[in-house]
Amino acid sequence: MSAPIRIRPDETFTLNVGPQHPATHGVLRVKMEMDGEYIVNAETVIGYIHRMHEKMGELKTYPQFLMNLSRMDYLGALGYSHGHVLLIEKAAGIEVPERAEYIRAITVELNRIASHLFWFGAFVMDLGGFSPLMYALQDREYILDMLEAVTGSRLTYSYYRFGGLYNDVDDDFIAAARRFIPRMRTSMKKYHKLVTGNIIFKKRLEGIAPLSPEIIRKYGATGAVARGSGINFDVRKNEPYSVYPEFDFDIPVFHECDSLARYKVRMAEIEQSLRIIEQGLDKLPGGPIMPEKKKPIKIAPGDYYQAVETARGSFGIRLVSDGGKTPYRLKLRSPTYSNMHLFDESCRGMLIMDALAFMGSLDLVIPEIDR
Amino acid sequence: MSLTLLNVIVAVFIAIAFAALNAAYLVWAERRGAARIQRRPGPNINGPFGLFQPPLDGVKLMAKQLLIPGDVDKILFMVAPVLAMAPAITSFVTIPFSSHIVGHNMHIGILLVFAFASMGGMALLLAGWSSRNKYSVMSSVRAVSQAIAYEIPMLITAITIVMITGTTDLMGIVKAQTGGFWHWNIFPFKAGLFNPLMLMSFLIFFICSLAETNRAPFDLGEAESELVAGFHTEYGSMGFGLFFMGEYANIVIGASLTTILFLGGWDCPFGLFPGVWWFLLKIYLLIATFIWIRWTFPRTTIYGLLNLSWKILIPASLFNLLLTAGLLKVF
Repeated sequence: MSAPIRIRPDETFTLNVGPQHPATHGVLRVKMEMDGEYIVNAETVIGYIHRMHEKMGELKTYPQFLMNLSRMDYLGALGYSHGHVLLIEKAAGIEVPERAEYIRAITVELNRIASHLFWFGAFVMDLGGFSPLMYALQDREYILDMLEAVTGSRLTYSYYRFGGLYNDVDDDFIAAARRFIPRMRTSMKKYHKLVTGNIIFKKRLEGIAPLSPEIIRKYGATGAVARGSGINFDVRKNEPYSVYPEFDFDIPVFHECDSLARYKVRMAEIEQSLRIIEQGLDKLPGGPIMPEKKKPIKIAPGDYYQAVETARGSFGIRLVSDGGKTPYRLKLRSPTYSNMHLFDESCRGMLIMDALAFMGSLDLVIPEIDR
Repeated sequence: MSLTLLNVIVAVFIAIAFAALNAAYLVWAERRGAARIQRRPGPNINGPFGLFQPPLDGVKLMAKQLLIPGDVDKILFMVAPVLAMAPAITSFVTIPFSSHIVGHNMHIGILLVFAFASMGGMALLLAGWSSRNKYSVMSSVRAVSQAIAYEIPMLITAITIVMITGTTDLMGIVKAQTGGFWHWNIFPFKAGLFNPLMLMSFLIFFICSLAETNRAPFDLGEAESELVAGFHTEYGSMGFGLFFMGEYANIVIGASLTTILFLGGWDCPFGLFPGVWWFLLKIYLLIATFIWIRWTFPRTTIYGLLNLSWKILIPASLFNLLLTAGLLKVF
């Protein structure tokens, strides 16, 4: 497919994709200037689901703000909560029992698999294949059931507390997680057979929407988007936190830079998350899940930052404290915000079909962009 | 003369009933099939196995308000769904279901079916154009380029068959294939014709009928992840219902034509008990394949689709046409 010959360069039309459109998976609006089926210019318009989480962070006390983090990204909520509790624990100097950290790592990785599974299904549906979504949701359901038993909710978990956890895991959870690992590996083989090897699927993604490492750095994209362009960056390895240094796992990096590479990265990440869960279950120590005696959270004036690797990329949370009950400023750096903004520049000259497949490969969760 | 006319009128009524029943129950079959593929139950509440679902859906569609958006071209907007449904039903009149069951056999039956089939593309164009919706217009442009690209290899393949059988009469084409599956056009061991490429021709024809009926993986006209609902974005109520029924009627036509041209029509594979049951079995097997493909494959791109037609299917079918001509001359 070569670039179109523009017979009348002035004859373009504007196409509003969204805020209610099947491809945007939420209330994202893309204002496209089209030349037939080719995109001349595109502008993403965000803010339709802005809920002022950052402002709420300044108004609420630290424990009150806990549940807000799980409302940012409804598909991978635990990763965001993890970043928040790690930051407060670092700032207030709270010791976390080792068992709690292991359980956090296990649940975050389970949640990451659930998020990637949903993305996988939705992405193939963007390409017009319906059935993989149902298969992926079935596997995801298993994870949700497991997490529901220990966290009490299925989507917007508020499981982590400053210093530990709300609830300890029981033997049922551990048994279910052990059963889940071989089951998921079998499913992955099926997905690779059904989707990855499909000729139409390959043709639609190979070489489409190449993102050079330069453009990734320019926009600060992270996560699978960066790793699909050959940038080996994962917060779990580069700035280790929690108990991740204890685990033996790889960071999948692909150098093709196209939509297929981003797909491959996420599929490989599911396998790596399974490895982490496996090791976490083996190493899971006994002991308490909360510190012995609770003390009120008091954060000394200063500037604190914590980054974590969520399902979508590097999530950063910055806290400026003046020593009061509430933060002076709370800044949330959401990964999808950066990942999305390279769409405007990269989709120029693309066909609308390829552009929307490309948008699917970015794994956008709109409430997390608008927060 | 008047008897012939009466015959045709009765045949048209039967054809309408057959097409409507097929459209309704193929939707049910498709939903159940899709559900089976996706490991969920599908419609199973209304009646045994959910068999009352299609009439209830029909009642729901008819009870809905027929909403015509303000800016549309009203006449074309209302003509388009009828144009999607009517030619498909009319084609049924010439389709021979068995040596006795045929509405009106014509010497140019195959031409008539193709002529009516290409009117379906017109319906999509009119629907998209009159809707005044950018998504609809893009969809109708796609549909037209798709129809042009896929009618050519389809017709070339049909000409190959006409050359082999020596008739454009659909009944004659079937009669030329009677006597067991080794006489069917799909297989190359027929006496006087050893063309190893007929299986390829069958595949070309099958792919073309998928594309012609706008089925996945070629459903670019209604690619809902890009174009919302394509040409029928603005249609509700029975307008949408007619497009839907037209699509399924076209599927039946495509499967029937494939059966007649390649699979020996009502002929039994073993030469026993030829009759309408074999014809129905064959077309429903083909339709089941249509459904199976739709729920397995992702959608192609528009350039991939056009490249497939112009760069692969048309040269391949032309080559087979020439080969067949040569073989017929030699043997």
